[in-house]
Amino acid sequence: MDLFEYQGKQYFARFGIPISKGGVADTVEQAVAQAEASGYPVVVKAQVKVGGRGKAGGVKLANDVEEVRTHAGNILGLDIKGHVVKRLWVEHASDIAREYYASFTLDRSAKKHLGMLSAEGGVEIEQVAVTNPAAIATVHIDPVDGLSLEAARQWVERANLDEEARDQAAELLVKLYSCYTDGDCDLAEINPLILTPEGKVHALDAKVTLDDNATFRHPEWEEFAGSDVEDERETRAKERGLNYIGLDGSVGIIANGAGLAMSTLDVVNQCGGSAANFLDIGGGANADVMAAALEVINSDPAVRSIFVNIFGGITRVDEVANGVLEALDRVDISSPIVLRLDGTNAVAGRAILADHLSDRLVAEPTMIDAARRAVALAGGQS
Amino acid sequence: MSIFVDEDTKVVVQGISPTSQGLFHGLRNRAYGTQVVAGTNPKRGGEEIEGIPVFATVAEAVEATGANASFISVPPKFAADAIVEAAAAGVPFVVCITEGIPAQDEALAYNRLVRQFPGTRLLGPNCPGIISPGKCNIGITSGDIAMEGGPVGIVSRSGTLTYQALHELSQQGVGQTTCVGIGGDPVPGTSFIDCLAAFEADPDTRAIMMIGEIGGSAEEEAAEFIASSVTKPVVSYVAGVTAPPGRKMGHAGAIISGSKGTAQAKMEALSGAGVTVALNPTEAGEAMVDVVRKLD
Repeated sequence: MDLFEYQGKQYFARFGIPISKGGVADTVEQAVAQAEASGYPVVVKAQVKVGGRGKAGGVKLANDVEEVRTHAGNILGLDIKGHVVKRLWVEHASDIAREYYASFTLDRSAKKHLGMLSAEGGVEIEQVAVTNPAAIATVHIDPVDGLSLEAARQWVERANLDEEARDQAAELLVKLYSCYTDGDCDLAEINPLILTPEGKVHALDAKVTLDDNATFRHPEWEEFAGSDVEDERETRAKERGLNYIGLDGSVGIIANGAGLAMSTLDVVNQCGGSAANFLDIGGGANADVMAAALEVINSDPAVRSIFVNIFGGITRVDEVANGVLEALDRVDISSPIVLRLDGTNAVAGRAILADHLSDRLVAEPTMIDAARRAVALAGGQS
Repeated sequence: MSIFVDEDTKVVVQGISPTSQGLFHGLRNRAYGTQVVAGTNPKRGGEEIEGIPVFATVAEAVEATGANASFISVPPKFAADAIVEAAAAGVPFVVCITEGIPAQDEALAYNRLVRQFPGTRLLGPNCPGIISPGKCNIGITSGDIAMEGGPVGIVSRSGTLTYQALHELSQQGVGQTTCVGIGGDPVPGTSFIDCLAAFEADPDTRAIMMIGEIGGSAEEEAAEFIASSVTKPVVSYVAGVTAPPGRKMGHAGAIISGSKGTAQAKMEALSGAGVTVALNPTEAGEAMVDVVRKLD
């Protein structure tokens, strides 16, 4: 789960990482109140989970109450790359002497945690990675050892942070590491991490991705739930507990297993069509799950045909076949369905469906045949 | 021959109870012919469930039965500890199919094994397991879609695509030496490279099918290894050519991986290493049938 900047900052604060004084506002009046509490000048920042908000006019400096009103009014409701701004973060504006970059994430190749620190933050750090990789000091951290203050001090020195920032930065990095590990983050990133002219180091931005698998031990994450999903189809799918991603095509996809679902998208594409969604119904393709999946896909007006691609492993195909029939009894489906059922008990499964096949419910023996048929039913190229 | 497991593999099922996933899958594996010699459950030491003797700890199970492999399908919050318990008991091969383990737990368990228990190989987590047709099946793969006798070794990151690959080959009368599902989690205990090296060393495996997925750089690393160290023909398929772009935010991921991670980049890397790259699972099956025909 990706956090908004304000949520990320509040999460940082729990681990003792210094952030600017500020608060959340959903209305112009709230923005004014937060500005008064934080002290002028303030920065009014759009809360959207997409990059480039500054260039889109979503971040503005305000020196007084009138400017806060103007900027807050303009930014609320602003459409930034399809994300409509519903919430602001208003914080005391910091004077910036230097901008750094700091992050922790997992290096899947090294199978260790990777810390990255640069004295050249703020700007396009990805650009720095390409043009001047030496400017990013990396450190691999074995989770068995963790990050000691001593190791952090050496790291800060190696990254060439300004002398006066080093002690505070090292301490902050140890806290950020603990936020990343104890806080179960997939990513904890600060860009920019700033040094003020007064010699204070603190986080001016926060990019935090939480590990959904760790939700069971973080009841406090409850407050971050919701407000996350932009696509209405995805909201409906999420309510039904389905792993769904909305796309722009016309062939609705239902498959069991993420790999098979991805592969189904590929094959539909190779046959000249395009998928309306990614939907992995997981191992247990029973009638309830199938009905829920068909409902979600049926509610997408762009869908012209539905391709159900099931390979039975533990899941038995005869159970899937019964599930499909039961689901069809419950849901009125507006698009023709193409079934490809293979694997454990496939023969029995196909026999169950044999009497129910029609031009609205078609069975094909292989994945490719089924993809071709689904694309043709969707009106060919889409 | 086979890799990692064979007819002498003796399995202890960790976390067994009359209603556990472990029992369900363990019984299926036993029905396939796998030697399931023990189960563990701290509250049921001394009991017997479906003819499987239960011990309180893995160490006791190993001591009493000589188990040399363990099978873990316990819920995510217990899985990392279960892995470390098996390793500490000296079990050389641990299969963990549990999905949804927190990445922090997974990274810690993996590195503890590397540092403290280097004699243990972990397969998974979040994988379908391993099957050597006719010899041993640990995990959730349906035994009847596999075919004995080789000559193909399969290694895959995706569960259902593993079954698909087995099925495509068996349908065409091409058998498998071993099929390994390494799983799609961030820190897999066993990598593509581990499996490629083992298949390369296995005289009965004469061709290798490798099924990848978008994300990470495991396929690119495998391609480098194939170019330098694999002499046997490799056929590959990478799922996700048309997958929606990831919604990862932040710059860290992009800084680490650069252009790596897309299906296109993976396919190019594999192709450059001399691998036959297919565009879908069926095509991969057909390409492998061609390869196998030319072996004889």
